[in-house]
Amino acid sequence: MGGIAVKLDRVWVNYNGATILEDVNLEIEAGRYVGILGPNGAGKSTLLKVILGLIHPNRGQVRVFGEAPEKLRLRGDVVGYLPQRPLGNPRFPVTVLDVVLMGRYGRIGLLKRPRRADRELARQRLEDLGIPHLAQRLIGDLSGGEQQRVFIARALGVEPRLLVLDEPTVSLDACVQDDIFELVNTLKEKLHLTVLIVSHDIGTVARHVDDVICINRRIHVHQPPPIGRLGLESTFGCAVEYLFHGEIPHRVVRAHDD
Amino acid sequence: MMIDLFTLGFLQRALVAGILVSLLCGMLSTFVVLRRMAFIGVGISHSAFGGVALGFLLGVDPLWTGIGFALLVAVLIEWAQTHTAVEEDTAIGIFFAASMALGLIFLHLSRAYNVDVFGFLFGNILAIGTQQLWQILGVTVVVLAVILAFFKEIVFLSFDEEMAWVSGVPVKALRYLFLILLALVVIVTIYLVGIILVSALLVIPGAIAQNLSRTLKHMVGVSAGVAVGAAVSGLILSYGIDFPSGATIVLVLAALYLLTSLLRPWLLCKSQHQ
Repeated sequence: MGGIAVKLDRVWVNYNGATILEDVNLEIEAGRYVGILGPNGAGKSTLLKVILGLIHPNRGQVRVFGEAPEKLRLRGDVVGYLPQRPLGNPRFPVTVLDVVLMGRYGRIGLLKRPRRADRELARQRLEDLGIPHLAQRLIGDLSGGEQQRVFIARALGVEPRLLVLDEPTVSLDACVQDDIFELVNTLKEKLHLTVLIVSHDIGTVARHVDDVICINRRIHVHQPPPIGRLGLESTFGCAVEYLFHGEIPHRVVRAHDD
Repeated sequence: MMIDLFTLGFLQRALVAGILVSLLCGMLSTFVVLRRMAFIGVGISHSAFGGVALGFLLGVDPLWTGIGFALLVAVLIEWAQTHTAVEEDTAIGIFFAASMALGLIFLHLSRAYNVDVFGFLFGNILAIGTQQLWQILGVTVVVLAVILAFFKEIVFLSFDEEMAWVSGVPVKALRYLFLILLALVVIVTIYLVGIILVSALLVIPGAIAQNLSRTLKHMVGVSAGVAVGAAVSGLILSYGIDFPSGATIVLVLAALYLLTSLLRPWLLCKSQHQ
């Protein structure tokens, strides 16, 4: 792989007079599994939306695989996205297979219908997520964990190079949370993905990802020290406490391994 | 009576117009319900009153000024919501009240109390002439063609607008397009049930279909079928018992909604076990 998947250069986002992101500089290498952590209202979702092009920064530049996200989206084949609340209307009458097929629509393009190959890929994604038996069920009838698997399958239906997951494990119980992170890890290897995952659960994130971005208006990148997972977790835990409660401004620090 | 219905010209036109208009309403109704746009339907239809009154004032066909007003308000609602801090339902509330107030001023200025304002407010399907029938046919062709062409994208953005945007779907253009379709359909529906009751045809068929369907295509079909069925039976019924046709159609729909809501648990349970 190699190369830079995401690059933010001096990005500022203001909303209703408040600064949400302040002078954010960030480079994410292709092929990394990156967790984004931060307290409520710290700008986690805003950071993702800037990367996706859903929010245009007031200042600074965003590049995803070297292109502006607003242009990149028109190709419909680079970014797979799981929004924070993907099921706005639980009574929406679509089957699981239909939902996963939506991930193909960008590739299929306007005025064309899904072909057999699209359906096969959608079914393959359901297999990948361990839920082929749910294909004909209504999305609103599934449990929370099953729904999240469906929406990850949809994001992967894009055949993306970058997978962006906004709080995929919120409101799921601990076992299911671990399953989802582990599943994403497996799929990342299999499909050669770069993964960005937003969460507020420090422990779970630290167990699974390669890099951690802490965000509270400004960002702080942690890279894992060459010690065991437990070491990483405790080191990271302290650093995060410090970041959350301290008033000391953090700039981006590379290979930060205190 | 049934013989009248199929031999008298004005009744034939009423029947054809009723079928086409209700078919369109039924199809759009699915998306109006799923996208929770019921209030937009009310807003656009009531705004048309301003346009219709402007037509009376200027002495032009109220259809065109009505379409102009409805489109303008539809676009303004969307614009205000994306470009200002105002909430969508607040924007609708302001624009539709303002354009109805404008309508009253226009009527006052035109001193046109003798024209058929009542017909526009409550519908007068029996007054539909050949010209109106052609207008309805034109709108039907345009709206059906656009819905069929962009069906999968409209479903996608109704389901999850953010993911649709990220996947490259032209979300903004389609949102405006849908509002334009809605405005066109609202205007021709005014012939059938009048400004006051248009929103019933944009909301109730979809709500009934949601009670009866498990898949989206099924829902669109049921919604269109229910709307056409209610329009035809409402027309026949109103002619037979000499009731206002628009109100009769809406009451048939409301009764069906009530019935399907009561039967819903039983109906869905049955279809699940098939």
